[in-house]
Amino acid sequence: MWFISSLLSLPALVVGIAIIGVIGAHVRARSAVHGDVRSLAALPRAHRLNAIFSVLVPAAAMFAALSLYQLIGPRLGTAALPDGTVFWSVLIVAMIGCGFAITRTSVRFRARAASEAWIKSLLIAASTVAILTTIGIVMSMLFEAINFFSQYNWQGFFFSTEWSPNFRGNSSLGFLPLLWGTFYVSFIALALAVPVGLFAAIYLSEYAGPRMRGVAKPLIEILAGIPTIVYGLFALITIGPMLRDYFAQPLGLGDSASSVMTAGLVMGIMLIPFVSSLSDDAINAVPQTMRDGSYALGATQSETIRQVIIPAALPGIMGAVLLATSRAIGETMIVVLGAGAAARMSLNPFEAMTTITVKIVSQLTGDTDFASPETLVAFALGLTLFTFTLALNALALMIVRKYREQYE
Amino acid sequence: MSIQSKSLLVQDERTKRRNAAEKRFHAYGLGAIGVAALALVLLLTSVVSNGASSFRQTYITLEISLPADTLDKDGQRDHAAMASVSTFGYAPLLRDALQGRIAELDITTALPDKDVADMISKEAAATLRNHVLANRHLVGGVVTLELLADGRIDGYFKGRVTLESAALDGNTSPEALQIAQALADVGVIDTRFNWRFLTAPDASDQRPEAAGLGVAILGSLYMMLVVLVLALPIGVAASIYLEEFAPKNRMSDLIEVNISNLAAVPSIVYGILGLAIFINFLGLRQSSPLVGGLVLTLMTLPTIIIATRAALKAVPPSIRDAALALGATKMQSVFHHVLPLAAPGILTGTIIGLAQALGETAPLLLIGMVAFVRDYPAAYSESAGLFGEAATALPVQVFNWTQRADPGFAERASGAIITLLVFLAVMNTVAVLLRRRFERRW
Repeated sequence: MWFISSLLSLPALVVGIAIIGVIGAHVRARSAVHGDVRSLAALPRAHRLNAIFSVLVPAAAMFAALSLYQLIGPRLGTAALPDGTVFWSVLIVAMIGCGFAITRTSVRFRARAASEAWIKSLLIAASTVAILTTIGIVMSMLFEAINFFSQYNWQGFFFSTEWSPNFRGNSSLGFLPLLWGTFYVSFIALALAVPVGLFAAIYLSEYAGPRMRGVAKPLIEILAGIPTIVYGLFALITIGPMLRDYFAQPLGLGDSASSVMTAGLVMGIMLIPFVSSLSDDAINAVPQTMRDGSYALGATQSETIRQVIIPAALPGIMGAVLLATSRAIGETMIVVLGAGAAARMSLNPFEAMTTITVKIVSQLTGDTDFASPETLVAFALGLTLFTFTLALNALALMIVRKYREQYE
Repeated sequence: MSIQSKSLLVQDERTKRRNAAEKRFHAYGLGAIGVAALALVLLLTSVVSNGASSFRQTYITLEISLPADTLDKDGQRDHAAMASVSTFGYAPLLRDALQGRIAELDITTALPDKDVADMISKEAAATLRNHVLANRHLVGGVVTLELLADGRIDGYFKGRVTLESAALDGNTSPEALQIAQALADVGVIDTRFNWRFLTAPDASDQRPEAAGLGVAILGSLYMMLVVLVLALPIGVAASIYLEEFAPKNRMSDLIEVNISNLAAVPSIVYGILGLAIFINFLGLRQSSPLVGGLVLTLMTLPTIIIATRAALKAVPPSIRDAALALGATKMQSVFHHVLPLAAPGILTGTIIGLAQALGETAPLLLIGMVAFVRDYPAAYSESAGLFGEAATALPVQVFNWTQRADPGFAERASGAIITLLVFLAVMNTVAVLLRRRFERRW
């Protein structure tokens, strides 16, 4: 009880100290120049601001550090902090900050620069969150993946074609069927999305008038704003049964509603706006002079597009396709609901297959035991997925960067 | 090729071929737009046609007599004593009421008693019990209540269940549907707008008619609050530093590459991060909106940072120069001049980021938000802390319902999607309007 009431009052106390600091700094600054603020190096407002930051920033940092220690301490086996440590250390840090801000206040003290240094430190702290996130992602997967590979040999993971996890142990966790499913679904998705997206981009940027563009472009962008769970449901209740009833069963290719084709087609729809908007940017970046030159030589519009604009925009288009591939590989909900759960290596697109992301979900939901390879394999899968997408993104970024300014 | 004098008015073979190719190419482009538009229309009609009916619900109005001897044996009308009668004690009352009503209306049927009772939702007994416990003076009298009809009966009035399909269905029968139709003709059964769908919590496998989105909407709301409170300040601060202050060195380059990579990391990877760091390492509570919010914050940060940097970049340097020339520090020029001018762009980017977070499912599956939650989570509780009580989220609820056997849940899932899409449409419209209203071009 004491702990909770102290937590509730701690912020109040720290704010109180900050107010004391503000008043102290203000009074001291004014009295140092006998009320004539013109002779101060900084306005009283800057002194007040500096006092606020001097109290709040270190106190908050202290609180965050100690809370973190308390959260993870038991897991690392270190001794717990004695009662009230957080309370008193935060309070002491706040008081030191307060005293420091007040004593520093003088005629010559550049409080504006000092307060801005505090702000800048906060800005820098915020921008390191991105790096911390990346480190967090890599660490979270790396440790558990190493854990996994100490229990399961890596050849068996990377080169086995059998995936049959068994929670009583003795399971085969071959990664190849998942990889095959992932690539097969992505391939079908790209086979739909790349031509449609590219032609849509060409039409919108080269043929369409402003009115057509004003209607069609937002229409395609709506597709981009729809969450993937919606596409997943669409695959599950509409496209899957439709493909089964009109294609798979009449052709004798299978009778499963969830199939590579279902997931691939729906994912293709999802990727259309992605390909089209990035290609649109690339095509629009091709200078008008190149088009004019081509027309002047007597080329038709389509000849200009095929022989001048597409080659010129190719790096951007390649980047778009690579980014779309990375999207397709990492997409989860559509394949969870549309592709099925059976790990299988088959060429028949109307059969249910499974992907890396589906298995990450299935191994990490429900009852999980973080000591067994059946659960830990999800982290190895995640790391592989992360590596794949990272490589694709990096490659896309490189291509786009290298060729971007060619025509400017 | 021989040189011949040709009329300019007659196309030669080659020109015809080239013009045909031109027309074909044009048609491909138009076709691509058509495919995209068709896909969108198909998607939306599929969702709406499957889900619109979940906003309507079939109710049975019954007069139920409440015998004191079974509901309150000692006659004290004491809450604790009456609470010892479980829902099983109330179910026969409902059955008797419905059978009485059927007899009153002279509907003859060969349907066994149990099947008549099954026309009423399994949820109804709990509804009646709660009503009686809250109004204990009613015991011994008669109460008129509107109760949920069973999912199959509900489906019949929405066209999902037909007499033919009922004949093959173990859970209902054509006779039951005929009785229901007869009852509907006299107004005992009616179908109307379903507020419960938006407010009620989830229900178990057996009773899709009672399932609602209340907990999911609340959970999503909590998570959006966490995302807004964390992602907006951190994102804006990071963007200001990177755009305005960061020296061109390896560190800032590293951060830039990092952010563009994080924007393209598959969302499920953030789920793994949440599971490993927030739950297993930091020991935060599973399925809590706090963890969900943190994961979604990390996921939306790159979006917000990229949008904010674009907005800051769009502010012309002359604004900064003017401020600096008047003696402002760099910090003052940013906070007093650049940031207010970039605010509409930042806001638009934030709303789009929030919309993205609202629809995200995969990472939430991994942090345990698939759990079956029936209690409305409190924003703060002493045992669980801030946003620590188990909750679920709108898109996860959709996923949850797709995994259930009863076809009534497919309708609910589509209905939940409609709700989600309405929220997203509102957010995106606000973003577009903000951009239109405040967008400035220099």
